[in-house]
Amino acid sequence: MTLADARVKDWVDIVGMAKDADGRSTRLEDLGFLVGTSVRVDRRAALGDPTIYELRGTRIALRKADAALIEVTAASAPPTR
Amino acid sequence: MSNCHDDASVGRAGSATTLTGVRQVALLGSPNVGKTTLFNALSGLRAKTANYPGVTVTRREAVVTVDHETVRVVDLPGTYSLTPISPDEQVVADALHGAIPGVGAPDGLAIVVDATSLERSLLLVGQVLRLGIPSLLVLTMVDEVAARGGAVNVERLGKALGIPVVSVVGHRGIGLDHLREMLVHPERWEQPVLSPPADSAGRAAWVRSIMASSVQTLDVDARTRRIDAVLLHPVAGAAVFIGVMLAFFQAIFALAAPVQGWIGTLFDWLGRGTADLIPGFFGRFLAEGIIGGVGGVLVFLPQILLLFFILALLEKVGYLARAAFLADRVMGRFGMEGRSFVSILSSFACAVPGIMSTRTIPSERRRIATMMAAPLMTCSARLPVFTLLISTFVPNRAVLGPLRAQGLVLFGLYALGAVSGLVYALILSVTKLRHTGVPFMMELPPYRRPTARDVLYGMYDGAASFVKKAGTVILVTSAVLWLLLQVPVSSPPPGLTNAQQSSYKMERSIAGRVGKGLGPVFSPLGFDWRTNVAVIGSLSAREVFVSTLALTTASNSEASLPETLRGLKDANGRTIYDPQTVAAVLIFFVYALQCLSTIAVLRRETNSWWWPSVAFTSMFAMAYAGALLARLVVGWWV
Repeated sequence: MTLADARVKDWVDIVGMAKDADGRSTRLEDLGFLVGTSVRVDRRAALGDPTIYELRGTRIALRKADAALIEVTAASAPPTR
Repeated sequence: MSNCHDDASVGRAGSATTLTGVRQVALLGSPNVGKTTLFNALSGLRAKTANYPGVTVTRREAVVTVDHETVRVVDLPGTYSLTPISPDEQVVADALHGAIPGVGAPDGLAIVVDATSLERSLLLVGQVLRLGIPSLLVLTMVDEVAARGGAVNVERLGKALGIPVVSVVGHRGIGLDHLREMLVHPERWEQPVLSPPADSAGRAAWVRSIMASSVQTLDVDARTRRIDAVLLHPVAGAAVFIGVMLAFFQAIFALAAPVQGWIGTLFDWLGRGTADLIPGFFGRFLAEGIIGGVGGVLVFLPQILLLFFILALLEKVGYLARAAFLADRVMGRFGMEGRSFVSILSSFACAVPGIMSTRTIPSERRRIATMMAAPLMTCSARLPVFTLLISTFVPNRAVLGPLRAQGLVLFGLYALGAVSGLVYALILSVTKLRHTGVPFMMELPPYRRPTARDVLYGMYDGAASFVKKAGTVILVTSAVLWLLLQVPVSSPPPGLTNAQQSSYKMERSIAGRVGKGLGPVFSPLGFDWRTNVAVIGSLSAREVFVSTLALTTASNSEASLPETLRGLKDANGRTIYDPQTVAAVLIFFVYALQCLSTIAVLRRETNSWWWPSVAFTSMFAMAYAGALLARLVVGWWV
């Protein structure tokens, strides 16, 4: 599943990143979307796109097309803080 | 690192020390970390502001002195990464490599990091530490971390990173003295033994190890989540959004209007006084060309100040990012993005700040689409043109309930411009603009109470760059146009009134001849030479159309202009301003890029003449075709 498919309020773990030729994945990594990172899907905009994700203590909005580059699995439990 | 900027060929220009003898420390950090607040606190607002060569990214610099030791502190634009994707980020990359002519590479880097988002920021810190430039970490918002139940051990963090860490609360001045003492001696900063890793897995592990060493992490701010539950709610959020935008418009137009009136009166008075004091041609040039031109610039200032005040306030509070989030889907349909919304909104006041604000849009494709749509929004300089023609020629009768014909026509012109601009952006983005593969990503910062100093500085900064960029263009063009309207001086036959004399002279001036020469071009639209001259005059700022028309039609004053226009006849006795011509002029002004300031700003922001040329010619074509169509439609109707 990709991050774009994750449901609102769910926690997911990043397990992979599609390597695209035009450098979008590099920028997503610079924003903190690295393999092993826990992400919470916070909310979608009224029209379904973009979506706010919470990771590493920050909130970042991504469009579906970009979130679809990020491979995730459902996290068994929210990360312990 | 990719470095595709024009200046890359200049190469490493050597350390700043060798250029000026004073060491340079650059402040570097992501957006929203309090970097500007810190810079304002360090500089005490005694900063020098300039532009980076070739780009309109503001460069701010201040001198910090401690015990006779001096260092220049440079505020770099915010960046999430050293792999640049926007002009702002390109400047950061160039500055770090000393690739900016005349500036030099920094001797030290103060990396500003928001303690509440430390984990994310460490990725940038890792990239910066790999550069091998002496670095120092400035930790802001530690008080907020403590308030939210987290903790950062500053000493251990410094040990883990291998660089000095200074904790500050910028707006309260806590930690600033210690930071100043550190800043003046970049050569004494301890540096890491090993470079942080560059590969993805290594970076993630490095950040984990640093976090584990010294930080008790905290969750996303609960208060921010609660506020967002309302402000980003599909119904409540949309209602607040519309309310904020209406308040924005109301403030810009209603609050600024009386002050604009006073400025107009003041400069009329100054102009008349100067003309009385210094008789002859030169006195009139000073009064009408120069003082009139300065007044023409300053009359925009109340609105521009309000615009930048509200924008700075909304940005510092954190609402602009939310507005962009809510608007992204709709703007995305037209080849733009959420942040474009703010630029488009600003363009209803003036396209110049609208275009300048597109710098925060990382994708070049979406940025250019936004810049090109901006001039089609009905700016405040078009309003006097529309008001004159509508109030003179459209009957003020009720059409439907409280709706009146005049208001509907004005609303229709606004809507026509906005819709055309969106469609124009869409057409450009699917035909002319290449997909550049920059993701749409936007941070939603925690809501924060902004300091008055930061908001006022944001307002000052925006207004100052407006006066510098648009102001000089408006002033120069209005002076040149005044001369073109007066030279060569001809002597009118006796028996004419003053107004008729000046109209007679104008008809024989260079501008008058050009206006007549343009006859064949504009006569299909129903424009006569007087209208043509006013159209040329409006290139300095569209509202100049009104004052120029008052001169060429020999109207005694702008107040009597409606009467004069109604009675204006051509050589064959045909009424010039019939409904068809009025419609044609209105539509012409909806579309035509009659604004040299906008053209100049487009040139600077795109760093090419291509986009301003495309904008001018395509918008002229739309204006011409639209005006012809309007003539036809109104001709059938009447």
